[in-house]
Amino acid sequence: MKLNLPKLLLGLTCLLIAIWLVAPTLVVIPMSFAGQKSLAFPPKGFSLQWYENFFTNPQWFGSLIVSAKVACMVAVVATVVGTMAAIGIERMKGRAGGLIRAVLITPMIVPGVVLAVGIYAVYLDTQLVGTWIGYVLAHTLLAIPFVVIAVGANLAVFDARLEIAAASLGASRLSTFFSVTLPLILPGILSGALFAFVTSFDEVIVSLFITSPQLKTLPVQIFSSMTRDADPTVAAVGSLIFLGTSVIIGLGLIFGMKGRRT
Amino acid sequence: MTLNTASKGAAIDIRGVSKTYGSFTALDDVSLRVEPGEFMSFLGPSGSGKTTTLNLIAGFTDLSAGEIRLDDRSIGNVPAHKRNIGVVFQHYALFPHMSVAQNVAYPLKQRGVAKTERARAVDQALQKVQLEHFSHRFPSELSGGQQQRVALARAMVFTPSLLLMDEPLGALDKKLREVLQLEIRRIHRELGSTFVYVTHDQEEALVLSDRIAVFNKGRIEQVGSGHQLYTRPETLFVGQFIGESSVLRGNHLTNGSDTALTVAGTTLIAPGQAQGDGAHVILLRPENLTVQPTGTGARDGATNIINGTVREMLYLGAAMKYEVTLADGSHVIARTPTQDEPFAIGSAVELAWNPKDGTLLADDGSTAGHEG
Amino acid sequence: MPNTSAQHAARGPLYLTLPALAVLLLVMAVPLGVIVLRSFSEPELGLANYVWFFQTKVNLTVLLRTFSISFWVTVCCVLAAYPYAFAMSVAGPRLRLALIMCVLVPFWVSGVVRTLAWVILLQDSGVINRTLLSLGFDKVRLIRTQLGVTIGMTQVLLPFMIMPLYAVMRSIDLRLLQAARSLGAHPVKTFFQIYLPLSLPGVFAGATIVFILALGFYITPLLLGGPQSTMLSTLIQQQVLSLLNWGRGGAMGVVLLVATFGILAIASPFMKRKYQMSGGSR
Ligand SMILES: Nc1ncnc2c1ncn2[C@@H]1O[C@H](COP(=O)(O)OP(=O)(O)O)[C@@H](O)[C@H]1O
Ligand SMILES: [Mg+2]
Repeated sequence: MKLNLPKLLLGLTCLLIAIWLVAPTLVVIPMSFAGQKSLAFPPKGFSLQWYENFFTNPQWFGSLIVSAKVACMVAVVATVVGTMAAIGIERMKGRAGGLIRAVLITPMIVPGVVLAVGIYAVYLDTQLVGTWIGYVLAHTLLAIPFVVIAVGANLAVFDARLEIAAASLGASRLSTFFSVTLPLILPGILSGALFAFVTSFDEVIVSLFITSPQLKTLPVQIFSSMTRDADPTVAAVGSLIFLGTSVIIGLGLIFGMKGRRT
Repeated sequence: MTLNTASKGAAIDIRGVSKTYGSFTALDDVSLRVEPGEFMSFLGPSGSGKTTTLNLIAGFTDLSAGEIRLDDRSIGNVPAHKRNIGVVFQHYALFPHMSVAQNVAYPLKQRGVAKTERARAVDQALQKVQLEHFSHRFPSELSGGQQQRVALARAMVFTPSLLLMDEPLGALDKKLREVLQLEIRRIHRELGSTFVYVTHDQEEALVLSDRIAVFNKGRIEQVGSGHQLYTRPETLFVGQFIGESSVLRGNHLTNGSDTALTVAGTTLIAPGQAQGDGAHVILLRPENLTVQPTGTGARDGATNIINGTVREMLYLGAAMKYEVTLADGSHVIARTPTQDEPFAIGSAVELAWNPKDGTLLADDGSTAGHEG
Repeated sequence: MPNTSAQHAARGPLYLTLPALAVLLLVMAVPLGVIVLRSFSEPELGLANYVWFFQTKVNLTVLLRTFSISFWVTVCCVLAAYPYAFAMSVAGPRLRLALIMCVLVPFWVSGVVRTLAWVILLQDSGVINRTLLSLGFDKVRLIRTQLGVTIGMTQVLLPFMIMPLYAVMRSIDLRLLQAARSLGAHPVKTFFQIYLPLSLPGVFAGATIVFILALGFYITPLLLGGPQSTMLSTLIQQQVLSLLNWGRGGAMGVVLLVATFGILAIASPFMKRKYQMSGGSR
């Protein structure tokens, strides 16, 4: 290749962008070991007190448990509901499928605060503010588009003739679904579930509106801590989230690649 | 268009060219001269280095060693877009966002050809490929054959002195392929440019080319006309790749100016001397063999005779094809004029041929069977 | 019998989508309906809230600023994402994996945490300012300014630009560039005449998504911005939660909603991939 200079420039540009994408997030890691209660960078001293605080302070640890529970429920509900919808859309004839798909994706586009204000208004009237079901419903709404997209992408490459083949071999509709369709679209469903979990675990805008002191999710706790004082515990939480996310994505990519190769 | 256009073709001189990818040698010291106005085909199995050679000529890849000269100028330092070589790709490579006319006009635009002149040249090129009524269509609105015609028009509209084609008909069905083969031949005659045509289909190479270069494992095995390659193959690979053939293997002894080969206990004579001590074979073309009842003996100079059993008999209209199994288990194919009373499957027969119709070749280990 | 089973088959798909549609109805359609309703009915029936919105200078300033910040964020995203997505589309499998990781990891790490990182970096005594000082430059105010908000939002939204762009670029047949060169086009021309036009649908798709997401951004402007960089979402929240004025907040929400979907409607024809990219050899 003679294009060495352009190649070099491109490489350098991409390196800078990659740093710009990743490095700011990494800043929270040294912050989480700060010795003093300050968010000044670089941090002074070293301590594990912020991690300790996170795991022992009921405000923090409680909100983690709430978030994890809500996210698990959302992952289940949104995956089931979203997968059903994706299959329905794929089988629909004409323009109806495309229309319903477009409708189901709108929660991604509606401005967060507008949606949050609306949900808050409805929840006030129905006493859903600060309730489990309130969180799960709202987060499910926001997670459905991801599941529909992930499963839909998988269904699009799924060979529908396999279902006909299964039927010709004597399988009932239900057994065709569980023995042929489901195994083949499982990667899409799993990635949809993962998306749903993370969407809920991360959600902050709607949660800020429908939160209550008794039932608070982790992002809400982080947000209020950040607006209240310079507590490095947020950095500890951020580091843990960063670590968890990297591991999950890394594993996902590795297994995804393996799956595609076979 | 008349004969004088033939002078427009460029000569290619490939000298000791090699191409390596890491430790893998895709082309190994290849030399070849293509004459001006010649239709040269590169024929060989997939992976033999045909595309690599073409890409080196076109300037899409850099040489590892050697030199390529175009009309006696080295083109090593000329970038692809300045080589003025037309290229037709198997995958058409039509620009999807441009109409047929825009695609064909593209090379002219790059060369700063004035608008009116451009339109005229585009019309003419599209006429040549019989697509003058499709100029406003987009590539996605054309069939595969039509797309390849557009690609052809685009590659020749700037009258390059050299046109390279890499399996241009590979994606089309047989019928369409034959039609386009005729068109390509006609266009070659009309343009007078040098054509280099890559294919793995020996029939296509035979139909189209003045000469054929047979590629195998990154080397050129033989260059010659289709007739030369068929009647006088220099290697077993070439003999087997071009046309139908049978191979007899056995131990060889020099026998005066000829060579004697013992095959399944029978001594057979082949013209010429063996080269070196390695194993040798006799290559036979089916039409040179006579199938006769056992014990008939030599007739009309067909003094090589070997016994076998009819394994398969096919009726082909004007001809019959026999597959005969010899005592050593090898199979020989013979083609004879249609007989009123053909030999039944399982009957014992004799195969006879004139020794000069067999070709003695060093056994390079290649086996029959090439893709069609 | 075939009749009923055919009917069943025709209706089956619709039933499958009903649960999802029900969630959408309850948690999105009804709430948005309530917002729209209140914007026309509180405190009394009429267009008063909209008249107020468009006659108050502060509102118009914020609206304009929301658009202008979104615009600059989009421009920055396009400029950064184009070379990056291109590199992704031509890189070997390993490098591509690394590049994708660099996009996905921050994408998945909570937006709040990433904004926290920017707060740390951009603050007056933060790394950037100290570097500037040590290089002999003046301090720049980054936090609580539009510049700071733009920097933070660009980083958060960049993945939304890279992914659709990459999807389109990956489908571009690079052999077309070879073809163009054989036809006499200089590599630079090859890029502008062939590659760029074919990648434009991806640019439009990414830019549209980034722009409309930026319009509704809330957390990042709130934490990185100040009074001089308030965006519309913050104003809505203030009206509803601080002033308890549902009517005015609703009207602002409707404005934002209309802007978002209006832009989406205008832009969507440009996001379609008009051309079949495949060659004939498949
Ligand atoms: N870019 C490349 N990198 C590594 N190996 C290559 C590359 N291009 C071609 N090869 C190898 O070189 C050999 C010759 O390829 P090619 O010239 O395309 O063969 P063909 O005769 O089928 O056109 C093949 O084994 C192929 O795998
Ligand atoms: Mg090839």
